[in-house]
Amino acid sequence: MPKRTAAIALSLLAATLGLAACGSSSGGGGGKHIALVAYSTPQSVFEKLIPAFEATSEGKGVSFSQSFGPSGEQSRSVANGLHADVVNFSLEPDVERLAKAGLVSPTWNQNATHGFLTNSVAVIIVRKGNPKRITGWSDLVKPGVQVLTPNPFTSGGARWNVMAAYGAQLKEGKSPAQAQAYLTALFHNVVSQDSSARNSLQTFLAGRGDALIDYEDEAISDQKKGAAIEYVIPKDTILIQNPVAVLGKGSSAEAAKSFVDYMLSPAGQAIWAAKGYRPVISGVPGASKFPTPPGLFTIDSLGGWKAVTKQFFEPETGIVTKIEQSLGVSTAK
Amino acid sequence: MLGKGLLGIYLTVLVLLPIAALLAKSSTGGLNAFWREISNPEAVAAIKLTLIASVIVVVINAVFGTIIAWVLVRDEFPGKSVVNALIDLPFALPTIVAGVVLLALYGKDSPLGIDVAFTRAAVGLALLFVTLPFVVRSVQPVLLELDLAMEEAAASLGASPATVLRRIVLPTLAPAIISGVALSFARAVGEFGSLVLITGNLPFKTEAGSVYIFGQIQNENLAAAAAVSVVLLFAALLVLALLTFFLRRRSRHVL
Amino acid sequence: MSSSDAGALSIPGPAGAARVSDRGSAGAPPAAAGARASRRRQLGARVIALGYLALLLLAPVAMIFYRTFEHGISPVINAATTPSATHAFWLSLEIVAIAVPLNTAFGIGMALLLERGRFWGKSILGVMIDLPFAISPVVVGLSLVLVYGKTGWLGDWLAEQGISVIFSVPGMVIATAVVSLPFVVRETMPVLRELGVDAEQAAETLGASPWQTFWRITLPGIRWGVVYGVVLTTARALGEFGAVSIVSGRIEEQTQTLPLFVQDRFENFDSTGAYTAAVVLALLALATLLAMNLLTRLTRRKTEA
Repeated sequence: MPKRTAAIALSLLAATLGLAACGSSSGGGGGKHIALVAYSTPQSVFEKLIPAFEATSEGKGVSFSQSFGPSGEQSRSVANGLHADVVNFSLEPDVERLAKAGLVSPTWNQNATHGFLTNSVAVIIVRKGNPKRITGWSDLVKPGVQVLTPNPFTSGGARWNVMAAYGAQLKEGKSPAQAQAYLTALFHNVVSQDSSARNSLQTFLAGRGDALIDYEDEAISDQKKGAAIEYVIPKDTILIQNPVAVLGKGSSAEAAKSFVDYMLSPAGQAIWAAKGYRPVISGVPGASKFPTPPGLFTIDSLGGWKAVTKQFFEPETGIVTKIEQSLGVSTAK
Repeated sequence: MLGKGLLGIYLTVLVLLPIAALLAKSSTGGLNAFWREISNPEAVAAIKLTLIASVIVVVINAVFGTIIAWVLVRDEFPGKSVVNALIDLPFALPTIVAGVVLLALYGKDSPLGIDVAFTRAAVGLALLFVTLPFVVRSVQPVLLELDLAMEEAAASLGASPATVLRRIVLPTLAPAIISGVALSFARAVGEFGSLVLITGNLPFKTEAGSVYIFGQIQNENLAAAAAVSVVLLFAALLVLALLTFFLRRRSRHVL
Repeated sequence: MSSSDAGALSIPGPAGAARVSDRGSAGAPPAAAGARASRRRQLGARVIALGYLALLLLAPVAMIFYRTFEHGISPVINAATTPSATHAFWLSLEIVAIAVPLNTAFGIGMALLLERGRFWGKSILGVMIDLPFAISPVVVGLSLVLVYGKTGWLGDWLAEQGISVIFSVPGMVIATAVVSLPFVVRETMPVLRELGVDAEQAAETLGASPWQTFWRITLPGIRWGVVYGVVLTTARALGEFGAVSIVSGRIEEQTQTLPLFVQDRFENFDSTGAYTAAVVLALLALATLLAMNLLTRLTRRKTEA
């Protein structure tokens, strides 16, 4: 058989393996380096935060590598070996996964902010002028209102949305059964369940739907970019809390720690606030622009993510799984 | 011998090991769990949508792909080389671009007045776009190599153009068409990126198999993702095997 | 004029027309009505083919170019020259430069084996080649993690060798090679079948070594299949998103290819950046087609000389 083909193929294989060796060795190098792995939404904030940190005395000479993507996927990548010194996710369970894998300290959330870096609230984005006069959750289930929310099985953001809608019903004095019935009615009006919050926003901006449930910070940043939208903060809504954690040991972990400390300082939180995130500490300039809704509640008041995930999003028996099935079966025919 | 060994290693590293891992993952819970995963109504709806859409798409591909290949080889018109060069673009464009552009063209504010966004037709449209090059590019080289002498001989012996097409051209092209159809079908079954934006992913309505699988992966339900992938894989295998069988019988028939 | 010579010219060239008119003039006078009918059929086919392409292909591509350049050329140049964009460009080229030759060598070898070989399990092997298409790219990525990832089958062994596959370039090369694996095989096989074995057998009888037969007879005969296979492999390799995304870790300026960069820009509502990168990808694919055309023409001239 052709020996030269074999030789060529072998040398190409060798080249690939050579690259492999390079890939593994390039992780080292001099100077302090922080590998940041985060969910998609805060990417533009880190573009501001990192230079600001590098300008401080702790941040001098620190270099960064950055990776952004869907929260769950990013968390799984880190669990599967993606190198990270700092992680910032949409949901607490995504950090808990790493704690379970031994990558993050089990006491990661025992600090002044309980492991959280930023807050936000779930809001309803509507078209400019609010043509459908949507002022709260009850308007979303009216006939003829088209609602967008990402798929709660692929998007962390969508889980915040579902729990905001559900918790708001309880807050208004409804029973859990009535709140579930509300969710069913809500999903009846949902016309598109994109895979991520960003995709939902793309769909909304492409002209589909009357209302989009989303993070407040997303609504603020889109408005700043000149999108023809407004947003409504419902009277009762959920406090969205996004966690941050440091991984590993050694010098890069120290640098990572000082970066997280910086982000939690008034200076760092002010940058977050300027981008539409609610600060997790008090006394941050710019924090006063965020009105506190009268009926604000947390995920803990609904039992915490662990219980909620099991009750609502379990693949076979979760409440939302069942709602999707019942709607699907009745409308598919 | 060495050559065959290298081919084997390459295939093992790239295909066999990953598929074995996938099969292993899908059967972690045993046969019962596997059955439960794939008989989940949402999974069934997604699998059905994907398979039906893929069948429709490959039939359209077979017809239009062959016509396009024929026109590109035998016809002559200004701008032909440009058209020929553009055929492969659906592969090179990242699927998300395809999704965004199709949504802009065939969505609510369609400049062409065609709005199929968030319907099942959108699934077909996106699949037609991403699979366009397959049949064209597998028929084209065969048409280029095809000897005109045979067609001319048949025509001069009084065969009608339809007869020449049916008895000479199509049998020669059949392997290439089927090869293209097989690849289109496989790709259509697995396609994900272009479907995400334009279909709206409504479970039971416009959620395709690949999107359902993606959801299960995101949801930590790897066994379900693997199980549904395995079902789609076997459906694709079945179609490929049928096509190969058909092709063999056919070529034996002709020879 | 042998058919393969005409083929070499006729991708962009006028050989097709020459052949069609040859046929017209070769026909006897009574064929005039037939020629008119054939002309009508030809026009019909052209209208159908172009109409279909206009709706499905030309309109979307025109839209991409329009969206890219709607604010003029300078934002496009700015978007194309950011460090992340140029890094993504070179990384995409690097991955393609490794994966495509590997797949081409594999593809030709496998096509010969499947078409010329006789052995048990051949049809199973044939079907196996197409499998990578039938699996959603996301699942391809997942299954690669299951094998080569930290907790995967080969994870410990790879870690001992100090090789990192997942979340670095080798994993991305493998993912790219998997999703573009079948093209060369599938494009070459029909041509190989059409070519037949007569010429090869003749060469062997005349004492040519298998290697000589391959280079002088087989490869020139199948070159159009190989060309299209390489073009498709390259296009697919350039555009792959799903599988690469999972095994890349998406680290900016390290493991971000052009399609990942496009996604990143879309996510950040930087549509100029996204469309610019898409146009770059389209141009790369066109350049491949052009280069393969030139290459085959050059080699043809050389063999004739």
